[in-house]
Amino acid sequence: MTSANNMRLAEPRGKQLNRTRTIQFSFEGRVYQGYEGDTIASALAACGQRVLSRSFKYHRPRGILSMSGQDSHALVQVGDEPSVRADTRLIEEGMQVMAQNVFGSLERDFASVLGLLGRFLPVGFYYKTFYKPKGVWPFWEKLIRRLAGLGKVDRHTRTQEIDKQYRFCDVAVIGAGPAGLSAALQAAEAGAKVLLIEESVLPGGSFNYARFSADSNHLVDTAASLVNKVKQHENIELLCQCQCTGWFEDNWLSVFTPEKLLKLRATTVILAGGSFEQPAVFRNNDLPGVMLNAAAQKLIHLYGVKPGQRAVVMGCNADAYGTVLDLLDAGVEVAALLDMRAEPGETQWLDAIREKNVSIYQGYGVYEALALPGNKGIRGVITAQLDSDGHFLGQGEEISCDLLCMNAGYTPAAQLICHFGGRLEYDEGHGMLKLRGMEDAGIREKALAAGSVNAVFEIEKVMADGRRAGQQVASLLGLSTDSEIDAISDSSAGQQNFPWPIVPHPQAKEFLDYDEDLQIGDIERAVAEGYEDLNLVKRYSTVVMGPSQGRQSALNNLRIAGRAAGRALQGETVTTQRPPFHPEPIQMLAGRSFQPVRRTAMHQQHLALDAHMFPVGLWLRPAYYGKQNEMRLQIEEEYLSVRNRVGLIDVSTLGKLEIRGEDAGEFINRFYTGKFDKQALNQLGYALVTDETGVVIDDGVTCRLHERHYYVTTTTGGVDAVYRNMLKWNAQWRLKVDIANVTSAFAGVNLAGPDSRKVLAKICKDIDISAEVLAYGKVGVGYVAGIPARVMRVGFVGELGYEIHVPSGQGASLWEAIMSAGEDMGIKAVGIEAQRLLRLEKGHVIIGQDTDGLSTLAEIGMNWAASKKKEFFIGKRSIDILKSQGLSRKLIGFELPGDAPLPQEANLTLRGEDIAGRITSVARSPVLNRIVGLAYVHPEQSEIGTAFEIKLSSGTRISAKVVDTPFYDPETKRQAL
Amino acid sequence: MKIMHCPLNGPRNISEFAYGGEVVDVPDSINCSDRQWAEYLFIDDNSSGLVREWWIHTPSSYWFIAERNRSTNEIVKTYPASDLFSEDTGPAA
Repeated sequence: MTSANNMRLAEPRGKQLNRTRTIQFSFEGRVYQGYEGDTIASALAACGQRVLSRSFKYHRPRGILSMSGQDSHALVQVGDEPSVRADTRLIEEGMQVMAQNVFGSLERDFASVLGLLGRFLPVGFYYKTFYKPKGVWPFWEKLIRRLAGLGKVDRHTRTQEIDKQYRFCDVAVIGAGPAGLSAALQAAEAGAKVLLIEESVLPGGSFNYARFSADSNHLVDTAASLVNKVKQHENIELLCQCQCTGWFEDNWLSVFTPEKLLKLRATTVILAGGSFEQPAVFRNNDLPGVMLNAAAQKLIHLYGVKPGQRAVVMGCNADAYGTVLDLLDAGVEVAALLDMRAEPGETQWLDAIREKNVSIYQGYGVYEALALPGNKGIRGVITAQLDSDGHFLGQGEEISCDLLCMNAGYTPAAQLICHFGGRLEYDEGHGMLKLRGMEDAGIREKALAAGSVNAVFEIEKVMADGRRAGQQVASLLGLSTDSEIDAISDSSAGQQNFPWPIVPHPQAKEFLDYDEDLQIGDIERAVAEGYEDLNLVKRYSTVVMGPSQGRQSALNNLRIAGRAAGRALQGETVTTQRPPFHPEPIQMLAGRSFQPVRRTAMHQQHLALDAHMFPVGLWLRPAYYGKQNEMRLQIEEEYLSVRNRVGLIDVSTLGKLEIRGEDAGEFINRFYTGKFDKQALNQLGYALVTDETGVVIDDGVTCRLHERHYYVTTTTGGVDAVYRNMLKWNAQWRLKVDIANVTSAFAGVNLAGPDSRKVLAKICKDIDISAEVLAYGKVGVGYVAGIPARVMRVGFVGELGYEIHVPSGQGASLWEAIMSAGEDMGIKAVGIEAQRLLRLEKGHVIIGQDTDGLSTLAEIGMNWAASKKKEFFIGKRSIDILKSQGLSRKLIGFELPGDAPLPQEANLTLRGEDIAGRITSVARSPVLNRIVGLAYVHPEQSEIGTAFEIKLSSGTRISAKVVDTPFYDPETKRQAL
Repeated sequence: MKIMHCPLNGPRNISEFAYGGEVVDVPDSINCSDRQWAEYLFIDDNSSGLVREWWIHTPSSYWFIAERNRSTNEIVKTYPASDLFSEDTGPAA
């Protein structure tokens, strides 16, 4: 069944509606009808549905508050989307809307009894109550989270990839109200490219709903013409229904359209976001039927909805008069105007209101709103007599009404500029937060504020302030030479806010933060308990931390907490504003993953051999080949093929650098610890890098191909840092060298095993690979399988072996040529698991695995790698100094019997009851039938033959013995074959 | 997001750059005292106000010098390292 639109007003009211198209949607399972252009809240209000949600803590019914998407009253669930703002989300055909945070139903919420227990749920309640006895919190947490939850997250929601867009403009204007429109037009006229960002459906801001004079037609033509000029201007792009959520350095703005995220870079930004109406604080100021003035005006003018039948309007500035007249024009009976000020405002308004026989109560606010049964609305108010400072003088009369419109002044919507360095400071004389810091360096040249955010309120002056800002950016952009630009000042700024619109009540429920159901007493109690600073009040009580982020509460909180702490309010600043200013859909932030994956030239060959690929940094490398359930067997077979026959390892991921030029030898000499300037041509050298503190950071081999040309390898993970380091050093040294990172230009394999020479001989004819010529440590340059190659005799795995580097494009061909050449000798592809075991048996240190951020040469027993002949290399001075100091640990080889439990890497080594170090590498050696490993121990434990204890992951201690390395082939005869 | 002016690549997003430490005078590593060397390595002035720093544009691996105000995070100017280091001044410097 459909509910009738019994609160709907006739045209021309409802300027956002298209009344030719009706839309059906459901709320709490019941079907409602609205027009195209209606929001969920306006369509429900048109049908007389006032309750939209239940509050966070006490589950009190809540209805429309701001009609601008700025409060937590309006949060609903739409389908699988939680926490949708019902007062800004447009209805769509078939939309299913549910209330949030409800036990039972919105109408009958069983958890609302919590409201009766209010005085047993004071501020800080959770901190104080649920932590004893120890361990009980998880039980309570489950219950409390369910009670306090907002929407429901659908874990099965399908996500889509949404791309982002980069945009650029001369001027971004945030807010298309009277100030923003005027600013955009002025800047565009001067020739600037303007992006005008408006969160509402229609441009115009307060032009669309506010009343600027007793005459309702005042400025209507001006507004229409301004909007038209903006829409038609070729230099202005108007983006409606878009929200700027963050303002970052150098005017980088995040702007959310309904479809995607715009990453906008603006040369200058004009913030014309207006102000937030402030509520008064009194008992039951949260009930449905109590709303801000502009919410009532928006319902009337934008949505053609009558906000109530009989209203009381409370205010302290001219907008209250406008609201009274708008309500009367819409057929709402206005029972009273409560003007909190001691003195009335302009006479033109007064005369018009008096003409309609509305009683005006000067110096009156509201003592309490009288609730209907179940708190589902109000039946009237009791007035409060106030003095000009807001002191409560006594209760007044009871006035019956179903609608209470309130406005206790304004707070600038300055959150965005506060992300960028602005701040909101309390001006006690005006009872108002004012935007400060716009003249600070870093903001001055890049950002301006215009309109009410700038404390300019009178409509003509607001437009003038917009033109002033537009003119000023034009001159900042060099588009105008008119540098004499007068600031706009508004003498009415001091008459907007009432200094103390706060009326305590003995039965409380005077809410100053609706999001968290915080009352006056909660803030006073937080201060009494010692949390005096605003930032502490915030963290202790959660005030201003809810969905509305203090839009309606920051000002009153500053007043109440400040007074309770006995502080002067003048100059107090509100708590830090951080992005995002509006909620951001996570899927729009997520977008695509741009994490690159690097594959070697032989990737397809590995897959064809059933390789189990394993990430090493960004690279994918084969861990082992074959079936996962036979992993151990596979690794051992790969291992044995290298020890007994021949194996092929893809080493393309090694870093590769070319150092060329007149000073290449000198450069290498300074950068690495060894001596290379006299390195023979076609000779390999072990290349170790230390940093300036003497810590080992990378290793590889250098290979001198020409007097002025070195080819250098690095570890897989280290190349980017090594390359970057080389460039930085040479930016200072100014040596005549060219340094190129050629890691991906070359593919490489390690062909290793006793039969490797026989395999290579089949496909390499032009390089003499005989044991005499291409001996261990030599390099040959020529062709392998017809591919130009650098062939290096290396010994990483401890067998006769060749590292063959070829251009990447031919890496796959090389791999296939070698595999087929070695087929009759039983060649096997070997993964990194087997390779690590092979090198461990040789006692070779892997930089980064067997070393850490403090490892020095002496600690890892590699002092031999540092040249004693050189005066300088990076780290030399530190190494020299360290030599005179004792070691605190030493890397040693150790062994355990073959039947001992296998320790894990990072298991601790002990010296008595003290930690001496840790195991860095360990494995069961298939050929030695023992467990071998590398570990740090105390220097006194490092003598060969010393026994020391290892603490296993299980806690058991076992004794290991220090042995010399290499564990396998100690004379290193095999690699020299 | 902050913009930095790379002397080689022009204005780019700060996410394309990496910080490389303050530009400091390197003591003569052969002849200076242990204390001087240790202070050079481990003691940072960490001063506020205008500071000369190493920065690198990471996609192009280009090192340059930036003068930045550490109080306001304003990048006052950027220029090639060759403006400060014009010739090979020996390994120690």
